[in-house]
Amino acid sequence: MDGAQVFEETIAKDQRVEPRDWMPEGYRKTMIRQIAQHAHSEIIGMQPEGAWITRAPSLRRKAILLAKVQDEAGHGLYLYSAAETLGADRGDLTRRLIEGRQKYSSIFNYPTLTFADVGVIGWLVDGAAICNQVPLCRSSYGPYARAMIRICKEESFHQRQGYELLATMMRGTAAQREMVQDATNRWWWPSLMMFGPPDKDSPNSAQSMAWKIKRHSNDDLRQRFVDMSVPQAEALGVTLPDPALRWNAERDHYDFGEIDWDEFKRVIAGSGPMNAERLAHRRRADEDGAWVREAAAAHAAKRAGAPA
Amino acid sequence: MSDDIKHEWPLFEVFVRAKRGLNHVHVGSLRAADHEMALHHARDLYTRRNEGVSIWVVRSDDVVSSGPDDKDAFFAPSGDKVYRHPTYYSIPDSVPHI
Repeated sequence: MDGAQVFEETIAKDQRVEPRDWMPEGYRKTMIRQIAQHAHSEIIGMQPEGAWITRAPSLRRKAILLAKVQDEAGHGLYLYSAAETLGADRGDLTRRLIEGRQKYSSIFNYPTLTFADVGVIGWLVDGAAICNQVPLCRSSYGPYARAMIRICKEESFHQRQGYELLATMMRGTAAQREMVQDATNRWWWPSLMMFGPPDKDSPNSAQSMAWKIKRHSNDDLRQRFVDMSVPQAEALGVTLPDPALRWNAERDHYDFGEIDWDEFKRVIAGSGPMNAERLAHRRRADEDGAWVREAAAAHAAKRAGAPA
Repeated sequence: MSDDIKHEWPLFEVFVRAKRGLNHVHVGSLRAADHEMALHHARDLYTRRNEGVSIWVVRSDDVVSSGPDDKDAFFAPSGDKVYRHPTYYSIPDSVPHI
């Protein structure tokens, strides 16, 4: 059997493709693009919440937020590690991110205006991420699937801390409840956009499904997220900002309103409220760290007895 | 950003022993300037939640592995050596403890 046959059979039998196996060039490229985009999202995703670490209202909340942001860094690194098994280079991927040649999730281009945003990000943004990521634990590329298992185990803490934070604020003052409602209003629609364009406008989906990189369509995952979120919003006591949201007994799902895909396209294209700032911050961190990386490499070379 | 890849730290593979009595198991890789830094990074990256009691780090370019093309040469010969398995031998049911 040649490499192509082994690949086809591996996919058909629902087994995992491993780094040194033969794989179609398109599969390799798609995997690198998807894993890199995912890694970049985790790394950029540290910023919206990281901004609140010094302003968290208690030591408990500060410790939780620090641990959460550290997890996001860890998730980014698991994923860069998976991308490197496909022949990608970590430094090169970072360069592509900084130069705007590779994307990250559009959700991180929205600002975190109040501390309630930290809670809503945990509840809705991490909730949507979990919906997306749980099926990826069975993705056909082994190192990616294994990284996703690790990530999913840790995401659950992220979502629960957010929901608990919001529940605490809802038991507080009227002003605090208003903050939670306001943050929910601002993050609900961008969270629905996290599942990507509707199936009819998602040209790469069919190939990714055939290769079992993806297991469910964008619209199916989005529906699952809406169905999960409605009772959570009710329990919290907030209203989701969609007048069209209602239970449809025939479909056995919630119906919901039309997503503003023009906004999604604008944000993806770089015109979201925070795109420029997010990339500038990442570029600055990379430049500020360059001398540390070089010094550490020189020190290691010197200790190993080789010329630096 | 440094101008080319030459300042990029080397890649290390990380193995973690989850608890005493178990083998070290491969968990992923990371970049570090040297072995000591690789150990520290591995601790931060792969054991934030009591996932292990011991860590190994090995430079990835020191790992030698069999490739998919070696599969037959390496693993096919064991397929026809059924006599290596205990079930190959028939023993009367009346014989105990064997």
